[in-house]
Amino acid sequence: MGLLSIGLALGVVLNKSPIGSAVCLIGMMLGLAGVFVLMQAHFLAILQVIVYAGAIMVLFMFVIMLLNLKGDDKAWKIRDNNLWLTGFTGLLVMGVLYKIIEKITEVDFDSPAAVPDNFGTVANVGTSLFTDFVLPFEVASILLLAAMVGAVVLAKTKVD
Amino acid sequence: MVPLSHYLIFSAILFSIGVLGVLVRRNAIVVFMCVEIMLNAVNISLIAFDRYMNQHDGQIFSFMVMCVAAAEVSVGLAIVISLFRNKATVNLDEINLMKW
Repeated sequence: MGLLSIGLALGVVLNKSPIGSAVCLIGMMLGLAGVFVLMQAHFLAILQVIVYAGAIMVLFMFVIMLLNLKGDDKAWKIRDNNLWLTGFTGLLVMGVLYKIIEKITEVDFDSPAAVPDNFGTVANVGTSLFTDFVLPFEVASILLLAAMVGAVVLAKTKVD
Repeated sequence: MVPLSHYLIFSAILFSIGVLGVLVRRNAIVVFMCVEIMLNAVNISLIAFDRYMNQHDGQIFSFMVMCVAAAEVSVGLAIVISLFRNKATVNLDEINLMKW
């Protein structure tokens, strides 16, 4: 599942057309939802499918259709001219990644405690969401409202 | 039972792919998608730690990350649309309104 997600994430970066990237990204989101299920975070897995693979990707698709984007050939031509720069960037990121993996494998995590049956269920997460974390929850709702109004204001056509 | 370090390595790899995409791609929408990849990578490590410590604070946290991602995408795509209306391009190299 993880390998599938990584492959599809590479597909997002390497695909020449935005639509292809978006399709790869949907596949990656679904793969990650599978990973969440394997980690027994069922609530988050459902949210991942609904919010990411559903809502956010529909928004992406919609904008791509709306702007009627062709494959950005011109940008890829510039990229071909700067091939060594791209390669250097990739090398730099790979170096950082190597360092991170080295650090992670250095630490020896002992095996985790046994997980209770109700770990990550809607009831369990919802209970703590509405008891310990009420204030962040409300702040998140205000943030979403503000984002919604902001998006409408930014994207509306000038009438007058 | 998959150890925690595998999840962390998986998360690090996804995050690096996202960073690489943001740095290399010049299409604004694809850059947004790569930002989404990075947010998802962070979610994975949050939930992995969460399961490791047998709590569910991390799940609440990644729930909040999802909220912020949704807000960010809606506003960001609105900005892309209004930019496209002004400049008829989504190529980040050609958008230099703020260049001094």
